[in-house]
Amino acid sequence: MAFEWPGLDAVWRVATLQDYNTRLVVLSTFILGLASGLIGSFLLLRKRSLMGDALSHACLPGIGIAFIVMSLAGGEGKSLLGLLIGASVTGVAGVGLVLAVRNTSRIKDDTAMGIVLSVFFGGGVVVLSLAQPMPGAQAAGLESFIYGKTASMIWNDFLLISGVAAAVLVASLLFMKEFTLLAFDDSYAQSQGWPIHALDVLMLSLVAAVTVVGLQAVGLILIIAFLITPAAAARFWTNNLRRMLVLAAVIGGVSGWLGAAVSALLPRLPAGAVIVLVAAFIFTLSMFFGSARGVLKRSLAQRNLKRKVGRQHLLRAVFELQEASFCNTVRETPPNVSVAFDMLLNKRSWSPQQLRKLIRRAAREDHIEVFDGKTLRLSESGFGEAARTTRNHRLWELFLITHADIAASHVDRDADSVEHVLSADMVRELEEKLDTRHLPASPHPIATKGAKA
Amino acid sequence: MTWYAIDTWIVVIGALCAMAAALPGCFLVLRKMSMMGDAISHAVLPGLAIAFLVTGSRASFSMFIGAAIVGVLTAVFTQWISNWGKVDSGASMGIVFTTLFAVGLLLIVQAADHVDLDPGCVLYGAIELAPWDIATTWTLGGVQLEIPRAALVLGSVFLFNLLIVIFFFKELKIAAFDPDLATTQGINANLMHYLLMTQVAVTTVASFEAVGSIIVIAMLIVPAATAHLLTDRLGVMLILAAGLGAMAAGAGHLMALLLPGWLGFESATTSGMMAVATGVFFLLAWMLAPRYGLLTKTLTTKRIRHSRELS
Repeated sequence: MAFEWPGLDAVWRVATLQDYNTRLVVLSTFILGLASGLIGSFLLLRKRSLMGDALSHACLPGIGIAFIVMSLAGGEGKSLLGLLIGASVTGVAGVGLVLAVRNTSRIKDDTAMGIVLSVFFGGGVVVLSLAQPMPGAQAAGLESFIYGKTASMIWNDFLLISGVAAAVLVASLLFMKEFTLLAFDDSYAQSQGWPIHALDVLMLSLVAAVTVVGLQAVGLILIIAFLITPAAAARFWTNNLRRMLVLAAVIGGVSGWLGAAVSALLPRLPAGAVIVLVAAFIFTLSMFFGSARGVLKRSLAQRNLKRKVGRQHLLRAVFELQEASFCNTVRETPPNVSVAFDMLLNKRSWSPQQLRKLIRRAAREDHIEVFDGKTLRLSESGFGEAARTTRNHRLWELFLITHADIAASHVDRDADSVEHVLSADMVRELEEKLDTRHLPASPHPIATKGAKA
Repeated sequence: MTWYAIDTWIVVIGALCAMAAALPGCFLVLRKMSMMGDAISHAVLPGLAIAFLVTGSRASFSMFIGAAIVGVLTAVFTQWISNWGKVDSGASMGIVFTTLFAVGLLLIVQAADHVDLDPGCVLYGAIELAPWDIATTWTLGGVQLEIPRAALVLGSVFLFNLLIVIFFFKELKIAAFDPDLATTQGINANLMHYLLMTQVAVTTVASFEAVGSIIVIAMLIVPAATAHLLTDRLGVMLILAAGLGAMAAGAGHLMALLLPGWLGFESATTSGMMAVATGVFFLLAWMLAPRYGLLTKTLTTKRIRHSRELS
């Protein structure tokens, strides 16, 4: 297969939108991406991402019926506006049916969507097969609604897409508060008297509008991607809704723009497919490197927390051993004496390997001064940290006993999971509540595995 | 209207497809994964294209394997994205299948010179032509029966699904209703999940080769959902779904033969009509089901309100 790389001048021509056709296609897909990223974000947060899927399939019978009706009425069968109106009517009817089935029967959301999608699409295929022998059916390019005809967009398509995008933008801004509430807590919205069904229909009508104009621009499958992928990618970068909306729109726009440009540059690359792949690429990058919920970021945070927990467990165990070996009098800080490794091993259910690893890491962080394999001693900073950790643990235990009525024998495990996340503010609050500035004694006997024997 | 032997075969093939799909379909509906059939049937496109590019032939078997592998991969990728990325499972499904579909479209267009792979035939299928593709001839009681390939393939898939459901009935059931319980009972819920996904992928691929993907998406979900409205027992639901699917296949073909004549059109697609027929059955159950139908529910509400007013 001969493959020719485009020259620099060709790249320049596309990048600067010099050809009329390229300009039209790139701008149209860019605007379509903006609008679908925006409305797709609400869909994603409402956990209705696949609604675009059901909707776009449900448009098919409308297109066929509109064609037949217009042809029989003696008019031009391929009037774009008529076809789009037909598509919107059955699309919205399909969405309405999904909501109706879901609300009035034991059938769940996903199944309702699957039913509407397959039955409407089946109906659409039937209607198209009826329309196929009619004069002008081939010319109307009814098939192009399934695969899209990005490369052959005309000025009217551009106007249509821009109009719908503007409507979506205005509606999203006007109903920002309502949509946000609907997306995050619809039962609260309902209890506050918001007309959530009407709002749902409004939101889905906007989705329908984007889907219908997108259908003939990028095709049935690819408009689904446009509605889902940019929004899902944006979600990895921020926890703030406004930022997410802007980002999703930008990602959608950039995918549309880049995809259409690449498709214009290289031979035999259908724009719709390239756009989807660009969006999927951005999604993959976001999923790994996203600064708010990316995989890397989350696993790093998880590892840090795990290390912190391990370190604090080690330090507290050492401190408790020091306390035990020193005295039983309350409220006195023990001296920083050496502790035997074997004793430490009995404090928690850790294996010798795990414990050695923890000790090595603590030594690297200068919490441990001496470790010769048999005994270890904390450094100045380690000892301070150990005393602080133990104190936090006991403060929380005391709080549970005095304020939450939990038996003394049960608080150790509870406190274990909370002590690592106590903030300075909370510690101060605990001190005030419990009226103690010192290191309290443990409210329960400190068990070691060895002690039981 | 005249009914030929071909028409019988079309209905038989449709019914076999329906029964093969209904078995895994019931579990999809119960596990709230109904859109998986739709996702897999779109996503297998690159599998078909790659199988063709690697083997250089349109032999059905290599295509079948390629598509089935990509079908299962769709489920795997969806699982990954929703687990690692904490993305809503519907959204991750949408991302995966649109991306795979785009890859498939690109591969097909790139190889268009020497591939005769039409995405259209994947979507619509050609159940009307399926009976003409004869695989073998059997003699039953002196009567020669020409068995179409599609009937043979779908019959085997039906048996495959039936055997899996019979052998793993308990495991599939527990994993469908309570994956955590399944794990505590020593059943590998993950394994059951992928077993189900394999069934869906194999059924989808085998069906659309013979009859088109619209039928199979409809047959996976709609009869199962209809049966779900009619019964609370899993065993009954499976049998009902298979039966309803088979009936819809018959009704669909009949409608395809009759309807165009009534309306003054030339012909209508059988596969589309079969999908519509499943929808009609669902509509009836939604309205009239003895226990969960809208009618019963409305009457019960009315009666309760009435008796409350009396007391």
